[in-house]
Amino acid sequence: MDRNAAHRMKRGLFKATHLILLFLAMAIICLPGLWIVLSSLRPTVEIMAKPPVWIPREISLDAYVAMFSGVGQGGIPVIEYFRNSLVISVTSTVIALAVGMAGGYAFARYRFAFKSSIFLGFMLTRTVPGIALSLPLFFVYARLGIIDTHFGLILAYVALNVPFTIWLIDGFFRQVPKDLAEAAQIDGCTRWQAFWQVEFPLARPGIASAGIFAFLISWNEFALASQLTRSTSSKTLPVGLLDYTAEFTIDWRGMCALAVVMIIPALTLTFIVQKHLVSGLTSGAVKG
Amino acid sequence: MATVSLHSLVKRYGNVPVVHGIDLEVADREFIALVGPSGCGKSTTLRMIAGLEDISGGEIRIGGRKVNDLPPRSRNISMVFQSYALYPHMTVAENMGFSLKIAGKPQGEIEARVAEAAKTLGLEELLERRPSQLSGGQRQRVAMGRAIVRNPEVFLFDEPLSNLDAKLRTQMRIEIKKLHAKVNSTVIYVTHDQVEAMTLADRIVIMRDGHIEQVGTPEDVFRRPATRFVAGFIGSPPMNLQEATVEDGTLVFAGGETLPLPRQFRDKVEAGRKVVFGLRPDDLYPTGHGIHSGEETEVHEVEQAVMLTEPLGNETLVFTEFAAREWVSRMLNPKLLKPGEKVRLSFDLSQAHLFDTETGTTLRT
Repeated sequence: MDRNAAHRMKRGLFKATHLILLFLAMAIICLPGLWIVLSSLRPTVEIMAKPPVWIPREISLDAYVAMFSGVGQGGIPVIEYFRNSLVISVTSTVIALAVGMAGGYAFARYRFAFKSSIFLGFMLTRTVPGIALSLPLFFVYARLGIIDTHFGLILAYVALNVPFTIWLIDGFFRQVPKDLAEAAQIDGCTRWQAFWQVEFPLARPGIASAGIFAFLISWNEFALASQLTRSTSSKTLPVGLLDYTAEFTIDWRGMCALAVVMIIPALTLTFIVQKHLVSGLTSGAVKG
Repeated sequence: MATVSLHSLVKRYGNVPVVHGIDLEVADREFIALVGPSGCGKSTTLRMIAGLEDISGGEIRIGGRKVNDLPPRSRNISMVFQSYALYPHMTVAENMGFSLKIAGKPQGEIEARVAEAAKTLGLEELLERRPSQLSGGQRQRVAMGRAIVRNPEVFLFDEPLSNLDAKLRTQMRIEIKKLHAKVNSTVIYVTHDQVEAMTLADRIVIMRDGHIEQVGTPEDVFRRPATRFVAGFIGSPPMNLQEATVEDGTLVFAGGETLPLPRQFRDKVEAGRKVVFGLRPDDLYPTGHGIHSGEETEVHEVEQAVMLTEPLGNETLVFTEFAAREWVSRMLNPKLLKPGEKVRLSFDLSQAHLFDTETGTTLRT
């Protein structure tokens, strides 16, 4: 009886500690996000106040109203930026996925010369910080005349994402037993049908994970985009944030409001693909 | 239904040959088992017949048609994999109907044929389940169902029972035999389990190192093994094999022990020749406890000390040492024997085998 009670108490304590630690960790992770949302809703005076004002005294949607009210009235071309971001991220993600699937499949299934060297080469490209590439890339793009175009950024993002999508998708295709594609071929499929009917559906969680990662990287990328875009015809949302900085002032409230506008689509997409994402990351990325 | 012929079939991986030009004729509706130790090329041969592996040389014909360059889907075959290879994202019914769906058959026909196959295999209750919800034996049955649904000319089985436990294996073996009687088509069955091969097959092909050692009925390969390898591979416990020299009507073993040269070999083996003497445990038994006890034609008795016994209930395996080697004998109607106890062993020499030491081929003609 005593031992049971002691054991129960110990377990209760353990659970409570677990929850408190979890809450603290989540608070630390989520606080910046919450702070951005709060800051977008309150006046600059409160944002800059020292000591900080934790509970806002006055809440308004002024920043959002101003943002959409056009150039000259404190607004920025947010619709254009949003469209640019969407076009560039979606296109580059689709291309990176297509190349990633083809490449990942090849690495998982076929033997060819220099296979491991090529794979290592892909991984090495990930060690180069994107910002280090911005100047050389700028010169090359300037010569080619593709600065300030959608095409230029899409190209850069595809190059940035392809090694990652290949690596992730390769791991997932490796987990699909070879026998399945062979069984499908005996059941009357061509090689192509066997891929789409059997191997693709089984690797779908991995492909979804790769897709969302590629999308988020393109959606949030700032360093390259700030160098390679100039006008509203190609600037993306992260670059658009700079519109809130003037020579001597920074409009923190407006910037936070735009950040919220940026976060919402990414968050929505993550929620939609969440199921795939979790099962994908746990079952595929770690090769046993 | 169809015949299958292999002519000088070769498989090389790079420069390494794994199948060395084998020839085989499989008759229509015949059940052929390919057996051999792992790495003997039996699975590779099966995969070449299926079209999953390229052919490095030679020719494969199914139903008289050369299929060397045809993809698997054009060969009208079906295959049961060792891993079952069921599609995990489809239900049992979808798994079984997949080939018909790919072939563009109408939904009604697919359902009818899946239902028929499910009835044959007792899978009616499981049609809506997914493979992950099935036991090993059920998965095995679904894999067979998927194979029979399309009425192929040839069935290929690649070690289909090796992932099952012993009891289930025996049960599925019987089901495969029944299934063959029912669908009555040509079967090529790869296994490393000689019991499966003996019980199922009309003819057995024994392979070693990419060569065919012997092709014959189960009776043939058991009673008349063509080589020393076949003699040692088929039969459980394996045949007792020991090297000896022929001298003046006797066999002299390394330790100096002798046995009379069996009568059927007397005119065939010259003195001084080195041979391998072989005798199945069934033909070596404590006197009075053998299969042929009372009707032997040529028995030689030797008194030996028992080293070890393995009682199996209806029989006991008795291990003794003779000619510097452990010999296994099979004792029917067993009586209790203790290690160290002296026992009279009957060597039924009319059933003995002799093989050439160099080539390993039988000296029986």
